[in-house]
Amino acid sequence: MGAGMLDLRVRHGFDGFTLDAGFAAADGVTALFGRSGSGKTTLVNAVAGLLRPQAGRIALEDTVLFDSARGIDRPPHRRRIGYVFQDARLFPHMTVQQNLTYGRRFAGRGAVSQSRGVALARIVELLGLGDRLHRLPAALSGGEKQRVALGRAILSDPRLLLMDEPLAALDEPRKAEILTYLEHLRDETRVPILYVSHSVAEIARLATTVVLMDRGRVVMAGPAEQVLSDPDAAPALGLREAGAIITARLEGHDTDGLSRLRSPAGLLWLPRVDAAAGALLRLRILAQDVMLATQAPVGISALNVLPMTVASVRTGDGPGALVQVQSGDMRLLARVTNRSARTLGLAPGQAVFAVLKAVSVARGDIAGALSGPAAPPPGQADILGS
Amino acid sequence: MSDWLSQAEWQAVVLSLRVAFWAALLGLPPALLVAHALARWRFPGKALLNGVVHLPLILPPVVTGYLLLIGFGRRGPIGALLEDWFGIVLAFRWTGAVLAAGIMAFPLTVRAIRLAIESVDPRLEQAAATLGANRVRVFATVTLPLILPGILAGVVLGFAKAMGEFGATITFVSNIPGQTQTLPSAIYAFLQVPGGEAQALRLVGVAVAVSMTALLVSEWLARRVARRIGQDHGGRDA
Repeated sequence: MGAGMLDLRVRHGFDGFTLDAGFAAADGVTALFGRSGSGKTTLVNAVAGLLRPQAGRIALEDTVLFDSARGIDRPPHRRRIGYVFQDARLFPHMTVQQNLTYGRRFAGRGAVSQSRGVALARIVELLGLGDRLHRLPAALSGGEKQRVALGRAILSDPRLLLMDEPLAALDEPRKAEILTYLEHLRDETRVPILYVSHSVAEIARLATTVVLMDRGRVVMAGPAEQVLSDPDAAPALGLREAGAIITARLEGHDTDGLSRLRSPAGLLWLPRVDAAAGALLRLRILAQDVMLATQAPVGISALNVLPMTVASVRTGDGPGALVQVQSGDMRLLARVTNRSARTLGLAPGQAVFAVLKAVSVARGDIAGALSGPAAPPPGQADILGS
Repeated sequence: MSDWLSQAEWQAVVLSLRVAFWAALLGLPPALLVAHALARWRFPGKALLNGVVHLPLILPPVVTGYLLLIGFGRRGPIGALLEDWFGIVLAFRWTGAVLAAGIMAFPLTVRAIRLAIESVDPRLEQAAATLGANRVRVFATVTLPLILPGILAGVVLGFAKAMGEFGATITFVSNIPGQTQTLPSAIYAFLQVPGGEAQALRLVGVAVAVSMTALLVSEWLARRVARRIGQDHGGRDA
């Protein structure tokens, strides 16, 4: 992991709105999360060079792309940054194949291209576009267009991929489909991705690092597991969406239709998960699906009871409280009422049992674990949810 | 054909076609440049450029012709230079008719191309830039193919305008049969002599036929191009 492969600090004011944000992104997928109007797209456009910020500095690896103090502003076509837009922006007069190879004509830049370059045939196969190559974009469905846009960006051999809500214009089945392709690309090409979204589900599934933005500022940034399970991030994420990400290894399938997973805090049983034993999985567990007990519950239908420790309690204006519990480096978030928190006397350091119904983890919230910068052992990062 | 049209008439038709062809062809590159500048660039004096380009559309053609005479006549500042350096004389020559017709047609061509450029989604050009294409390549590979129907329309419009140009032409290059007598000048000349109506009417027929053909050909070309670039007249889908 390069120390901050993308490093930026940008200030830009317009229409009574000021963007003043900075963060460093490492390899993997860095998710830029925030409500609409929080400045995400402005920031991404500044990285791509489509918008010139009033002040700041943007560096990618050891290349300075923009530095207002030194008068550096590299034009977009010399930044080698791929961009997947919300609207696919395919060239209407070119076939799918011509669209895909468009960036190739200009990509013969530097020796890095050789090692990083991705073969057209491989991308076409990954994205399932084999029988669409000679069509014009007008003849494609929305999901297919976005797949072509993905492939086109990847094939331009970028050092960084920007994605600005690439799924926002699609319906749910298409979203799920593209997410799967995205995971394939992420794991296969290893190009770092800056992913803009306001969907926690997408971020929970894809992101290595999460940057939370609010009204033009970065309010929190860190590893996805940490940020998403941080009670202080919940107001920005939305309470219904608040939930932790955990990593667990699939141990096997029981005969009654449940799968057994080994998490750092103990064994978990979930409805049958479609993966081979040994696979490392990433699960999103919503705060509202986690109950807390101060004593080991008995005579309870919930299968998953994990002994953990209260890390923090956050009470808001409403009747609810968010409790972060932890065991080793695994964290869960539980949404309980203020009254329960008071009655149970929940306080940091207290030992509790987190109770989780087996059926509460949605299929869409299970994915192959991010394999990180090092290549995963073969067969241990299978992708699910397809 | 030549029994149907007299030699003078025939000469006028051929000259007009030649003048209009060169006016439309030579006007295209600058029209493309100016249209692109007006549609996409930001620079000081843009409003002034826009005004100057459109001036021939608003000014009485005779004024444009007279200004050309002052500027490009053999004693005019530009005309004298052209003659001294290149031996080119425009005033009272058919080449001058090309200049006059070209300048009168220029705003129409620019307008058509500018509208076409403005209808190209600049976000497509941005996308091309992020894929590594510099400005020239973005123009050549994305903008140009997409505005081809507009360019065709502009050229045909310019051609038709150049065919019909009268005021500026007759002022700048006069009405010399066989040299500068274009179709409209010839019609005008025939109408000045008693009994010339029949000849005038024949030339009017030719003018109508040529203009109609140009229009139909451009429509057909535009449709063909539109189909090739995937923008059928049904429009783009969402």
